[in-house]
Amino acid sequence: MSKQKTKYITIPSKTILPERDASRKPVLECVNLGITLGGIKAVEDFNLTVGRTEIVGLIGPNGAGKTTVFNLLTKVYQPTTGTILLNDKDTHGMTTTQINKAGIARTFQNIRLFKNLSVADNVKAAMNNEMKYGMLSAILRLPNYKREEIAAHRRALKLLSIFDMQDMADVRAGSLPYGAQRRLEIVRALATSPSLLLLDEPAAGMNPSETAELMDSIRKVHEMFQIAIILIEHDMSLVMNICEGICVLNFGHVIAKGTPDEIQNNPAVIEAYLGRKKEA
Amino acid sequence: MTVRRLINLKRVEARRIYLTYFVVILAYVICQTMSSTKILSSSMRGMLVPICAYMVMSVSLNLVVGISGELSLGHAGFMSVGAFSGVATAILMQNFIPFAPVRLAIAMIIAAVFAAIAGFLIGIPVLRLKGDYLAIVTLAFGEIIKSILNNFYLGVDSGGLQFSMLSDTTRLLQGGRLIIRGPMGISGIQKISTFPAGFILLMISLMIVFNLVSSRSGRAFMAIRDDRIAAESIGLDITRYKMTAFVMSAALAGAAGALFAMNYSTIVANKFDFNTSILILVFVVLGGQGNMLGGIIAAAVLTILPEKLRQFSDYRMLLYAIILIVMMLATNNAEIKEFLNKLNPFRKKEEAE
Amino acid sequence: MVFLNFFISGISLGSIYAIIALGYTMVYGIAKMLNFAHGDVIMVGAYVCFYAVARYNLNPFLGVLIAMIVCTFLGMIVERLAYKPLRQAPSLAVLITAIGMSYFLQNTALLLWSSNPKVFPSIIGRGAFKLFDGRLSVSHITALTIIACIVIMIILSLFISKTKMGKAMRACSEDKGAAQLMGINVNATISLTFAIGSGLAAIAGALLCSAYPTLMPTTGALPGIKAFTAAVFGGIGSIPGAFLGGLMLGVIEIFAKAYISSQLSDAVVFAVLIIVLLVKPAGLLGKLTQEKV
Repeated sequence: MSKQKTKYITIPSKTILPERDASRKPVLECVNLGITLGGIKAVEDFNLTVGRTEIVGLIGPNGAGKTTVFNLLTKVYQPTTGTILLNDKDTHGMTTTQINKAGIARTFQNIRLFKNLSVADNVKAAMNNEMKYGMLSAILRLPNYKREEIAAHRRALKLLSIFDMQDMADVRAGSLPYGAQRRLEIVRALATSPSLLLLDEPAAGMNPSETAELMDSIRKVHEMFQIAIILIEHDMSLVMNICEGICVLNFGHVIAKGTPDEIQNNPAVIEAYLGRKKEA
Repeated sequence: MTVRRLINLKRVEARRIYLTYFVVILAYVICQTMSSTKILSSSMRGMLVPICAYMVMSVSLNLVVGISGELSLGHAGFMSVGAFSGVATAILMQNFIPFAPVRLAIAMIIAAVFAAIAGFLIGIPVLRLKGDYLAIVTLAFGEIIKSILNNFYLGVDSGGLQFSMLSDTTRLLQGGRLIIRGPMGISGIQKISTFPAGFILLMISLMIVFNLVSSRSGRAFMAIRDDRIAAESIGLDITRYKMTAFVMSAALAGAAGALFAMNYSTIVANKFDFNTSILILVFVVLGGQGNMLGGIIAAAVLTILPEKLRQFSDYRMLLYAIILIVMMLATNNAEIKEFLNKLNPFRKKEEAE
Repeated sequence: MVFLNFFISGISLGSIYAIIALGYTMVYGIAKMLNFAHGDVIMVGAYVCFYAVARYNLNPFLGVLIAMIVCTFLGMIVERLAYKPLRQAPSLAVLITAIGMSYFLQNTALLLWSSNPKVFPSIIGRGAFKLFDGRLSVSHITALTIIACIVIMIILSLFISKTKMGKAMRACSEDKGAAQLMGINVNATISLTFAIGSGLAAIAGALLCSAYPTLMPTTGALPGIKAFTAAVFGGIGSIPGAFLGGLMLGVIEIFAKAYISSQLSDAVVFAVLIIVLLVKPAGLLGKLTQEKV
């Protein structure tokens, strides 16, 4: 898959978006987002706009506050300051559950699967809100129960096949190899039909060939579903290859934003990662 | 990936479910035959209904502890709510519905409804808590229900139902009847519970629980049990599903309570104390959390065991305690676990697949 | 004055609960288990004390000391035999084992000492201090109980915060694996915790039965559950919490008996517990740990 350069344009609210998304409302807008955890400002003045179909990389040294941003977006923590607009709607006061219903799905840095459920059930659990049959149908095994269960199962297998996991559908999720667990988390997030997908270090612990496969899968997901993706990752080749826009965090502050090329040559970023060059 | 594949999908689980139904039906047929041909001693015959009730309790608590992953130490409270409301209903209907099985069925349904309401009311505060704190609050509610029922008086006369708390101030009219007499409980109960009724209730409970577990609700219960934060992240309503499991479990416990109570002529609230709650929890833990058949078998064994130990008279509860401790130590010993796994037919097939 | 009388008996009952709750809370803090057999250790302590004093005519304080020694060993043996093999087991299995142990102790007591209630002789007689021209009377045992509780509390706090063993205990309750790596003998520390908790239970048993002089094999069960409630009330795992929770529970129970209804006093106690937990989900002084995502 060859990588096309994405053209960025500036829109009136002083944010940049990929050209193809410019005519549409952005999926996510964070304005002055901040949170104080245990007296420390873990994230401060975080501003980010994500276009409908943009892939954004969120990078930064360990402890920069990347995962905290995800936790703010999904309301695992309630932000102390700032606003999050999701599909133009203020998410103030929403719970994690409501955020997911509103369109954000995520994976976790430390894998959080439903270990005792099968792979297929992990995915189908995420389809819970689109299945409509009630408890009575389930207890009496009415026709709509069967119809919806079969449809859900088909869709689960289809989603799993994006990551070549359809043959593992019956396996207990906890007994999957590490890489497959990471991929299953992505499938589970996708099953909620999100408009914004947050991936927290999807390539952590993977070897280079697995990472390359993962990269292809993420591209495939992006093309198939036309959704926005925010990616936290330490693997720079992955980030630089796949992301169109990159946002660099350090000590809870955004220190740079731009395209991969701009970021790679940004002195502040280099300093954050490598430290200041000693003047001789 | 055909539709056939979906039906076969949970081969292991499906086999487990069918095996459970099969064992229960087989056990019923054997017991019924033995009972009608008088092979079964009369003391054993008298235990058939309580065993069924405890089996339903085990299934009911398993829904909360095994499937939903919350520890409840007050399940006997729901049983007592069901017992008292069910028996009261049966007594009130005595003149209108002479046919006992129908009266029993209606009593059990009313009992389930009352227990479900209690479950809902208790669930509102309880399910906001987590882990050991949740457990202690269920214990507290179990004790509160016991205290309240111990001080509750209900009577009926031509003016309708009358009730009072603490002491009997119902002032019934001539010809009225005091049904619930505080610490004296209810006496003069018609023993209309039968073994077949117990069997049917157990089958219905199993059907409800099994079918729920393999539906979207069941997946949600288990997802929340395995990882609450991940479950929230995929949009599951934690409170709603926890409440569903809790209320459903309370309703089944209520029906079991009514079945249990109408096997005796007298019933008091103190029968459903903390020790009863623990007894039911022991069924679930010994049978394996989430394993319905295991819980059912544990219920049968642990109800019969104290009777069989009667010949050791004074030592029987001591032996019971020792058996309990040894069983817990054995089932959690790594080497013994390994050995049991080798014996388990399902485990092998699971690995082979 | 009546109010003050009730208050003092509440504090006295609460002191007993606090001493028992300390045992629960220390064991929970370090082994993360609910030791349901703790209440029955109280009963064993009371019986040992009873036989020492009533049958062998020993000095009551010597009796309490013997009871403490017996219970300390009992606690350690119970831990070694029943709980240690389950260190890695699911918490529910440990809970059931603890309950099994509770039945075991009760029924052993039943066989050894029969179910006939014994009238416990008060360890310091039945006298009372008369205050305010006799309008307020505080029995000796009430005063002793309150003093004992305060002394125990001070000694235990000093032990936990100042001594090496105390620090080892705190380290184990934070993270057993890390404590082990730092060279702390985790098994010995847990054993010590059970020993201290059980020794305190013996004191509580003697005090409880001096104040409420009926001794039966089931004597420990209800105070055990109440003290456990007190421990949760104050925030299980927290030693000041156990102290505070115990005192408050005792006062609430006596007031509920006096002003609401003696039959419903237990219900009132548990209802207060529920309300407290709803407002402070980890108890009054407990720390709520948030899961890291």
